[in-house]
Amino acid sequence: MKDMKISAKNVQVYYGDTHAIKDVSVEIEDNTVTAFIGPSGCGKSTFLRCLNRMNDTIDICRVEGDILLDGEDIYDKRVDPVQLRAKVGMVFQKPNPFPKSIYDNIAYGPRIHGLARNKAELDEIVEKSLRRGAIWDEVKDRLHAPGTGLSGGQQQRLCIARAVATEPEVLLMDEPCSALDPIATAQVEELIDELRQSYSVVIVTHSMQQAARVSQKTAFFHLGNLVEYDDTTKIFTNPEDPRTESYITGRIG
Amino acid sequence: MSDASLQNGPEMGTPRAKSSLLELDQRTKKRNAAEARFRAYGIAAIAVGLVFLVVLISSIFFKGVGAFQQTFITLDVELLESKLDKTGERDIEKIKKVTTFGYNPLIENALKAAMEEAGVENPFAKGKDLRKMLSSGAAADLRDFVIANPDRIGDTVQFRLLASSRVDGYLKGRVTRESLARDKNLTPVHLDVVDQLKDAGVVAKSFNLGFITGADASESRPEQAGIGVSMLGSFYMMLVVLACALPIGVAASIYLEEFAPQNWITDLIEVNISNLAAVPSIVFGILGLAVFIQFAHLPQSAPLVGGLVLTLMTLPTIIISTRASLKSVPPSIREAALGIGASKMQTVFHHVLPLAMPGILTGTIIGLAQALGETAPLLLIGMVGYIASNYPGGLIEGFMSPNSAMPAQIYEWAKRADPAYYERAWGGIIILLVFLMTMNIIAIILRRRFERRW
Repeated sequence: MKDMKISAKNVQVYYGDTHAIKDVSVEIEDNTVTAFIGPSGCGKSTFLRCLNRMNDTIDICRVEGDILLDGEDIYDKRVDPVQLRAKVGMVFQKPNPFPKSIYDNIAYGPRIHGLARNKAELDEIVEKSLRRGAIWDEVKDRLHAPGTGLSGGQQQRLCIARAVATEPEVLLMDEPCSALDPIATAQVEELIDELRQSYSVVIVTHSMQQAARVSQKTAFFHLGNLVEYDDTTKIFTNPEDPRTESYITGRIG
Repeated sequence: MSDASLQNGPEMGTPRAKSSLLELDQRTKKRNAAEARFRAYGIAAIAVGLVFLVVLISSIFFKGVGAFQQTFITLDVELLESKLDKTGERDIEKIKKVTTFGYNPLIENALKAAMEEAGVENPFAKGKDLRKMLSSGAAADLRDFVIANPDRIGDTVQFRLLASSRVDGYLKGRVTRESLARDKNLTPVHLDVVDQLKDAGVVAKSFNLGFITGADASESRPEQAGIGVSMLGSFYMMLVVLACALPIGVAASIYLEEFAPQNWITDLIEVNISNLAAVPSIVFGILGLAVFIQFAHLPQSAPLVGGLVLTLMTLPTIIISTRASLKSVPPSIREAALGIGASKMQTVFHHVLPLAMPGILTGTIIGLAQALGETAPLLLIGMVGYIASNYPGGLIEGFMSPNSAMPAQIYEWAKRADPAYYERAWGGIIILLVFLMTMNIIAIILRRRFERRW
């Protein structure tokens, strides 16, 4: 039995009057890839963004219930979201490197969190992160070229490298491959599998094949409800809920 | 029955008439004609605009270019010791006691000598009449020179003295013998002398640096008037505007755009900022009069007050353009920064602001250019009508002592009766336009330089 990294209990999310997430409880394990699947608008991205409080930036968004990271409530009044986000990194749907050099893209996080004491240490962090992002070999000769000049797949791996540079414990990925071609997608999926060794990875995806390929656990969301949450193999071979079955067989969604 | 239905059949389900792609059908023809008409309207509109622009610029140019040339009379003036320093002590205080009036005989003598040398007969009995060819400021030029160089008393020094505005106008074609018939300042006889002196090279037109660097002059000496001092006034005002409007405007827009909660208060502020941008500038002038002069007791006509009033006027422009450029920074950049644990302020200052910079700079410069050309608010705080005849003594005086501004100066000149000022007003407009164009070019260059792709 692996450790529980995040446990969410009875989470409700409202956007103004809209009840977007209805009473969701989920236990996310450490060193595991957990996939959130479901049709568009089912709340999977919203729920993901609750896990590092990115929803705080939306004024009308209200979150109720408990989300514990290593047993600590991340919505406690004493928690600063900035500190939380350093622990729970995030990769977005569209590759969004800063319009700066590749080096500065990676170094930005460690710099603002004071992870490096000098230039040599920072160089080391940058190299390590780029290696972990499986992009080091492609960019090592042009670290000071702009990050926006890379191809889409490279940019997304750069963003993953940027996210791991701050040494997070959990990595949230919001449809990281939806803007990428199949080859880049394969590279990123391979990378996700490697990242599992050190992090707990939560990935939102529209592609059921992707969920089946990369994840160990899968959660199926429908209309704001968590319908089913189980081992990926179980969800895809022998789902318990008829809604899950009709979704994975392509009848709803 | 069956016959009837057979006859009806083809009418009901008529097979489509075979149409050729090579022929235009009626609808397409109509559509194409409408499109062609619309294009013609567009071209006509642009052509009208261009014609107006060309007419405007060429008329400004041809009317104003005269102000950059001025007629000068070159004279060898003997600085007689007997007139300027009777005691011979070279005591500067005593030399200063000789008024410009005392220099007039020297000028008359020099003119007579020059005419004699050129072989021109002197038709005037009185030296005073002769002197009318020169600007009444000529004696002051001489006096300034002597006070600055007392050791030159007794020498003969060559001076390039300003001709009077009538002589200048004659050389520029503005003044004719007929127009002088009812003019007390000059007679057609003078013009005969001027013609001859011109042939001798004593009277000549040359580039008028004094117009660009000089100070304004009184109503009777248009030949001496320059825009330099009011240019300095405008410069000090722009410093005030830049120092006040840029930080306040940028801080306000960053707060409103990035930090402020979205509620009815911010909505209200937003609507009011947009409304302020449309408030007539004279309203800001009267506000400045009430607040800065009558309440805060800041000096009248001072560039400091002018700058503060123009700051109020420019702020909405700067805030609106800054907010627009902040808004145009893609939200994905903010998410990226927040996602790796940057604070709100780090996100704004490290990522959003640098990307918004070109837009902010452009907005600021356009706001400044707008402020530079503004006249109405200056009316109410006393910067219009003030004769900017002296350069301010220093930096503090530059802000606090009364001055004019370029557009106010132009308005002032345009209002004066002497036709010689008409030309100055147009010349001033040329200088103002050169400044505005320079600022706009700087804005374009800055935008090009700082623009980054994402």
